[in-house]
Order: sequence, then structure tokens, then C-alpha cells
Amino acid sequence: MNDWVEIGSINDIPRRGARCVRTPQGKIAVFRTMEDQIFAIEDHCPHKGGPLSQGIVHGASVTCPLHNWVISLETGKALGADEGSVKTVALRLDGDRIFAALELVAVAAE
Amino acid sequence: MKKQKLIIIGNGMAPGRALEHLFEQAPHAYDVTIFNAEPRVNYDRIMLSPVLSGEKEYEEIIIHGDGWYIKHGIMLYKGHKVINIDRQAKTVTSDAGTTETYDKLLIATGSSPFMLPVPGNNLPGVLSYRDLDDVRAMLLAAQSRARAIVIGGGLLGLEAAAGLKSRDMDVTVLHVMPTLMERQLDPAAGYLLEKAVEQRGIRVMTKASTKEIIGEKKVEGVLLADGTTLPADLVVMAVGIRPNSWLAKEAGLDCNRGILTDAGMRTSDPDIFAIGECAEVGGQCYGLVAPLYEMARVVAAQLAGNNEAAFVHSETPTKLKVTGINVFSVGDLAEGDDRQEIVLRDAAAGVYKRLVLKDDRIIGTVLYGETSDGAWFHDLTKKRTDISEMRDTLIFGQSYQGGSPLDPMAAVAALPDDAEICGCNGICKGKITGAITGKSLTSLDDVRAHTKASASCGSCTGLVEQLLSLTLGDSYNPSAVTPMCSCTDLGHDDVRRLIVAKNLKSIPAVMQELEWKTSCGCAKCRPALNYYLVADWPDEYADDYQSRFINERVHANIQKDGTYSVVPRMWGGVTSSKELRAIADVVDKFDIPAVKVTGGQRIDMLGIKKEDLPAVWADLGKAGFVSGQAYAKGLRTVKTCVGTDWCRFGTQDSTGLGIRIEKFMWGSWTPAKLKMAVSGCPRNCAEATCKDIGIICVDSGYEIHFAGAAGLDIKGTEVLGLVKTEDEALEHVVALAQMYREQGRYLERIYKWAKRVGLDEIRRQIMGDAQKRKGYFDRFVFSQKFAQVDPWSERVSGVDKHEFQPMATIGYAQAAE
Ligand SMILES: Cc1cc2nc3c(=O)[nH]c(=O)nc-3n(C[C@H](O)[C@H](O)[C@H](O)COP(=O)(O)OP(=O)(O)OC[C@H]3O[C@@H](n4cnc5c(N)ncnc54)[C@H](O)[C@@H]3O)c2cc1C
Ligand code: SF4
Ligand code: SF4
Ligand code: FES
Repeated sequence: MNDWVEIGSINDIPRRGARCVRTPQGKIAVFRTMEDQIFAIEDHCPHKGGPLSQGIVHGASVTCPLHNWVISLETGKALGADEGSVKTVALRLDGDRIFAALELVAVAAE
Repeated sequence: MKKQKLIIIGNGMAPGRALEHLFEQAPHAYDVTIFNAEPRVNYDRIMLSPVLSGEKEYEEIIIHGDGWYIKHGIMLYKGHKVINIDRQAKTVTSDAGTTETYDKLLIATGSSPFMLPVPGNNLPGVLSYRDLDDVRAMLLAAQSRARAIVIGGGLLGLEAAAGLKSRDMDVTVLHVMPTLMERQLDPAAGYLLEKAVEQRGIRVMTKASTKEIIGEKKVEGVLLADGTTLPADLVVMAVGIRPNSWLAKEAGLDCNRGILTDAGMRTSDPDIFAIGECAEVGGQCYGLVAPLYEMARVVAAQLAGNNEAAFVHSETPTKLKVTGINVFSVGDLAEGDDRQEIVLRDAAAGVYKRLVLKDDRIIGTVLYGETSDGAWFHDLTKKRTDISEMRDTLIFGQSYQGGSPLDPMAAVAALPDDAEICGCNGICKGKITGAITGKSLTSLDDVRAHTKASASCGSCTGLVEQLLSLTLGDSYNPSAVTPMCSCTDLGHDDVRRLIVAKNLKSIPAVMQELEWKTSCGCAKCRPALNYYLVADWPDEYADDYQSRFINERVHANIQKDGTYSVVPRMWGGVTSSKELRAIADVVDKFDIPAVKVTGGQRIDMLGIKKEDLPAVWADLGKAGFVSGQAYAKGLRTVKTCVGTDWCRFGTQDSTGLGIRIEKFMWGSWTPAKLKMAVSGCPRNCAEATCKDIGIICVDSGYEIHFAGAAGLDIKGTEVLGLVKTEDEALEHVVALAQMYREQGRYLERIYKWAKRVGLDEIRRQIMGDAQKRKGYFDRFVFSQKFAQVDPWSERVSGVDKHEFQPMATIGYAQAAE
């Protein structure tokens, strides 16, 4: 089950940039595009696990810093000739506050 | 046989071409002497507008450099204006008092710009547009003056206006007729042109008749016949040209508007010829280079002894050379009862096409917006092809005929072999494809060198490239125009040039002005643009960290597991017990898993967590360390050997020089990483001969090396030259680095750049040209004022904090709530 968890303000993220959020399931990367859209995906490149949050953000995609795979922020899928995908995380914006749909209870119950 | 003496008056485009033909046909027939009123060699006058707008340098438009004159034994009197021809004595005399005797004389004095005979037309600040001096005067005016008025809305006036606009002037064009370029365009096309010109921020006033140029000591404005006064600090008159024939007239040669010649370009004196804009042949004077080149061909043949050679009139299409505005016009555009016309308008696409027909033949063509079929229409006119069969679809162009798809390649493929491709030089398709196959040409430059096609005004470049790919198929790789990335069609060099020429100072400005195809670029172009802007506008550009790769963004090297490595600077590779102790303490305190000595004589600490970076730097900073920039496309390391301090073979203080260079150059960004070394003698213990830049000390001074590689490619360095003192060594190395900074393509190592621009050219500029070298040096020093800031201490004090901390940590506690 997913909960909406507040993770910060959109102003914490630079345009065409990203920040990380640590969660019990691992790191997620939260992106803000040039046009102020926000997206979140697992911070783990489908190629060899590179930290996508450290890549260059362009349009609604990010280029992985390790070997330049390009990942769509909307779908989490690798673009171009490469194949693979990462999990996306739903976000909600309320004013400047960002909420992420995170699955917390299952882990917490352990 | 004794050589005859040929004297040429004027050193413009026509005689330059005539000499090329002459040396081909009769290399040893004449001793040539040239008098030129302009104090320079022969250059491409057509390309003055790119020099004005900043897209080209004067050096790039030279047709014959000084070496060419020496090679052909030509005596060129630069800055000598001939003031007298004595036909009895067969001599000419210049204003500097030089007199020379001729057997044959060639007059090629071109034309003079016509200045409106209104009061004030000789005030300072009123210029014509004819030669390099005019361009330089305009550039000077553009620096300090805000408002320019161009009188004349023809080809030259519009080119001048566009050039001045790109130099940030406030520009108004005054044109006396109701529409622009009325001699070449019909009113509809003239109107579209006016809109396009205005869209560039140039004001256009038609039906504006200049009455007076006002001003006390210099230009202050223009008064129109209707009483309007327009303020101006610069006035450029481009209202027409007059054949420059006074000299011939005074010598008693038959003249009308121009100097009268027969079809063999011979004047009324059998030993005197005239070509170029000053000549009048078949009752006509010409003002475009294509017919002038034809005159050049004829006169060369005549001088070589072929009395048959004769000039034949042909129509030359007019094209406007303002980037982004496509205009093509040729032939007779007047309306008449015996004529019909076909017109196509597409307002949305800004296209207008009109063909004037007579007896089922095209006699005139105007194309605006979409001009690629110009060559085909012109060809149909020249061949007097009966078009009644294809009349219904004619206006859609060649590729439409026969229902074939609208493919530009197919259109070029379908052109007959004798279709003209390069109008300026009169080069037809067959000649180009023949040269490509016959001489195994593979690039645009090759074709230009062998055929001259597209080497003058350049507007047929696209066609020539299409011919290259048609003829060579897949093996043609137009590397000259490989786009930077899929966001643009422009190559790196064009982008760099345009950033400077158009004064673009931010990434959005570049993308807007150069019509990027994506909204905010990609991971290939953004870092490149960021570098170009940092390099070109060191003081004004605000570095865009979101366009830098992660290593440069966080000033450490990312490793495969997402941790970072940190390399502090050790000047020249020299360290001390204090520094080593500090490093040891940091390693212990932060539990750094690996410490390693690098190939560049530095110490690398690997496996540091991103969050720890600022604290690690804080501790290192206390011991005096700054960033080693081991992550940067910038100056990395200067390796040294121990030199005269310790080594028995040392010839100079290699350690000291290395440290000095590193302290001078640290912090600078370069197209790709820059690694250097200084060795104290040719035994070369610092391995300077495989570095980007290296120095080998010798007894007599410092041998400077560059363009080595020891990575994916292995390559020994090339020698730049030998200098005597340490100061000179520093100056040369810095100038070289700056030249590379200004010209290199992003991620292009110095050895690749050097291969591309040529080792000799680099030596010429850095070793041979003290002024150029000084310029490069000064620009480097200026940019260092903004670059030499230690990024580590900046971040320790809080800059870019968000880079190093997670935005939030969602823990179990919260989840359990
Ligand atoms: C800005 C500009 C853009 C142009 N664009 C185009 C274009 O796109 N396409 C096109 O086809 N044409 C274009 N033209 C026209 C083209 O440049 C000329 O037609 C061509 O240069 C004329 O060549 P020429 O040899 O007759 O004379 P010029 O090239 O004018 O050379 C004449 C030379 O003779 C010298 N001279 C004059 N009198 C004396 C004397 N008494 N003693 C010694 N030397 C003397 C002059 O200083 C000058 O250097 C353009 C011209 C200009 C100015
Ligand atoms: S390069 Fe020459 S001076 Fe330097 S350490 Fe080696 S032998 Fe000695
Ligand atoms: S040589 Fe290859 S594996 Fe070794 S550090 Fe360099 S890039 Fe990495
Ligand atoms: S790990 Fe992302 S591209 Fe290789």
C-alpha cells in the first residue's frame, strides 16, 4: 500500500537538476525539469546501477553519468537503442510541497 | 624567347582570376607587375559582409597570399594608385612616383561607389561599402556608436545593414523606391523581403529620398525630402557603383560608361586590355563576378596568344547573402502583353515564386523563401527549353516533374551534366562530378581547391555537397559539417563562431538564435555550450552547473559504485611531510578505503561518500590543499623531474618551471583535459614527450612540445619551437593553451585539434607572430581572473550545499507512525 509522504519543496531542487531521497527501499531520485515538471525514479541505472540523480537532465530525460544511457523520467524506460527500465514513483505537488507515493507499511511491519 | 612585360592596374577579383588562367596556359610568357591602390593582396570582395558581421576574419577571405606572388615572380606594388598612363612611352606612373614600362597593359580598376550628391556627403562618419577599409571603418564606428543609417536597399545595402545589426547597432535602411531590391525583385517579393528584414530588428523606410546629411564636425543625422530628420552616428551609402574609367579616359582610350573593349577584351589601343567592372563589352557593364570571371578567362587566352577567345554575355542570377533570407532572381521580370506568368504563394511558409514566360519559355525567375529550384529554372531559360508539356506543375520545381518525390537529392541527380551549379565561377555539374571521380576528391575543400565551385560566395555549397554524396555514395562523409548532436544541424566550429559573432552569452540565447531543435538540449551539447560560453565570455557568462558532468559539478571523480575520489593539488608533483601527514589523517578520519599514487604525480583517495566530500575538503583545506581538478576538462597536472636542484644531468630548473606553470594555469577550463610535464634534460624523466604540452629543458633554453597522447592513442609530441628564457617558455605555453581554448571542439584533445588546424599554422601564430601570441596570452590572463577560485573551499563555505545532502530521509520511524 502506498502512502503520500512529504519529501520537501520543489525549490530544494535546481531546475534541470535532481535530489535524492533515502527510503527504506533504497534511494529515489527526484527531478525537476526546465519547465518545472517533477518526476521521481529509482536512483539506479538499469545498465550497471549508476546513480541517475547525478546525470544531466534535459527535456524529460536524464543521461546516466556512468555510460550515458538516456532514461525517460516519465516512463523510467531507457531511450534509443538501449533496453531496460527503472521503477517510477508517483509524485504530487501541493503548493511548493512535494509528496511521494511510498510503500512504507510493509517494510515497517518487519 | 625574351619574356614580355605585363602590367596590371588594380588587383581585384577579375585580374586575380585572369592570372591564374594565364599561368596555367603560358606560365613563362610574362613578367608581371601589379599596381594596387588598396595596400593589400587579392581578397574575396564578395565575402566582406561575413567579415563585417564577424562570421569570418579577413585572413580567411584572402584569395592569393603573399607567397603566391613570390612563387610566380610577380612584383606587387601595394598601396600604389596609378595616376598616369603614357601610351607613347608605354609606361604607367603611380602616385608614389614609381614608373614602369609595359609591353601589354591590363586595366582592372573595378568601380567606385557612387556617393549621392547631397550636402554633407563628405562628413566624417559617411562611408561607402566597397573595400576592407570601409569594413574596418564601420567596425570601428560600431564599437562606440549606436545608430546607423544605410542609404540604399539593394544587395549591398541590405548586406551592410544585416552586418551592422549583428554588431549590435540600431540600423535603419532608407530606400528611395517603394520596394527593396526593385531591380532584381518584383514588388511582391520585395515586400516579403522587407518583412523579413524588419523581423531582424532592422527598420526599413521605403520611398525615402535623402535630401541632406546633417552634422557639424561629423554626421549627426539624415534629412529626408519630406522634412523628416533621422538621427544617426554612422551613414553608409550603398546606392550604386560607377565603372572606374577616368584613368583610361585621360589616356585617350575610347570610353562610354566603362572602358570600351571588343569581345577579346581589347581596348581601342591594341596593347591595352580592360576587364572587370571597369570594362564595357557588347554595350554592357557588369557588377557580379560570374561575367567578370568570364572576361578573365578571355583575356588570359588572348594574352597567351589565342586571338579567337571571345566574351559571351550571359545572365547571372542574383542571390542575397544574408543568412536566413533566401532570394533568387534572374532574367527579365517585366510584365507585357506577350508574356504570361506563373505565381505560387504560400504565406504561411513565407514562400513566393514567380516565373515569367514568353513563347512557352521561361525568361525570368523570382524565388523567395524557397530557392533550391533556382538552378533548374535558370537552366531551362539558358537552354530555351519549351515548357508547355510541364506547364501545370512547373512552378513546383524539378523534383515534382514526373511525379517523383520531393527529394532534393533526386533533384540534383536529375540535373543534366551541363547545368550550372556554381554561378560565380560558372562551374557546371559535369565538371564537378568529373573532378570528384577523376581526381578522387572526397571533401568540400577538395572540390573547392580543384574546381573553385562554391569557393566564391558559397551559396551553392549545399548543391556541391549533394553532388559529393551522389557521386561517392556512402563513402562521402561530410565531416566538415558533422552536427554537434541531434539537437542541431550545426557543427562545433559553426556554433563557436556564431557564439562570438552573434554575441550569444547564455545557453538559452544560443539555442534560440541557432534554432536548436530541442527545448533544452541534451547531455552532449549542453556541456559543450557551457564550455564555449565560459571560454568566450569569461567575465560575463554565469557558469551553468546543471550543464556540467557530475565530476565537474561536485569537483570530484565519480567511481563505478557511486562513490567519489579526491585528488588534492601538489604543485609540480612536489609534496612534504606536513602534507602527507594531513592526507594520512583524512584517510583515517573518514575511513577512506583506498589511497593510490596517480600517473600525474598526485595522491588519489578513493571511495569517499558524496556526503563526506565537503568535510574531507575542509580538512584538506586546513593543510593548505586546493582542488587538484583531476576531474576537469581543464588544466590537470604539470609533472616535473628534479632538474638542476638534484640531478647531475639537469640543465634548467625543471621543477621550478613546472610549479610556476601550474600556479599560473590552474583553474582554467579547456576543451578536453590538459596534462603537462617539464623535464630537466632530454633524458626526459617526466615523460614530457607524450603530454598535451611538454617542455624539455636544454642547455640553450626550453624546447616546447605539444600534441602528444598516451591514452587510447599513443603519439609522440611535435616540437613547437625553442625559446631562451623561462619567461618566454611560460608565455608561449600559455598562448598555445589559449589558442586551443579558443578553437578546440569540446572533448577534442590538443593533438586532434592540432591535426585539424595544422601544426604549421599553430607554429606560425605562436612562434612567428608576436602580436598574436601576446593577444592569446592576454586573453588567458584575463580569463584566469575569473577562473582561479578554489572550488573546494567555496563548497566548504556552503556553495551548492544541495549537491551533497539528500533532500529527505524517510526512515522506519516515520513509516511506523
Ligand atoms: C560588399 C560586396 C558584396 C558583393 N557581393 C557579391 C556577390 O554576392 N556576388 C557577386 O557576384 N558579386 C558581388 N559583389 C561584386 C564583386 O565583388 C565585384 O563585381 C568584383 O569584386 C569586381 O572585381 P574587379 O576586379 O572588377 O574590381 P575590384 O575587385 O573592385 O578591384 C579593383 C581594384 O583596383 C584598385 N584600383 C582602382 N583604381 C586604381 C588605380 N588607379 N591604380 C591602382 N589600383 C587601382 C582598387 O583599389 C581595387 O582594389 C560584391 C561587392 C561588394 C563590395
Ligand atoms: S629529465 Fe634529465 S634532468 Fe630531469 S631527472 Fe631526468 S635526467 Fe635528470
Ligand atoms: S585505464 Fe581504464 S580502467 Fe583504468 S582507471 Fe583508466 S579508464 Fe579506468
Ligand atoms: S550505469 Fe547508467 S549507463 Fe551504465
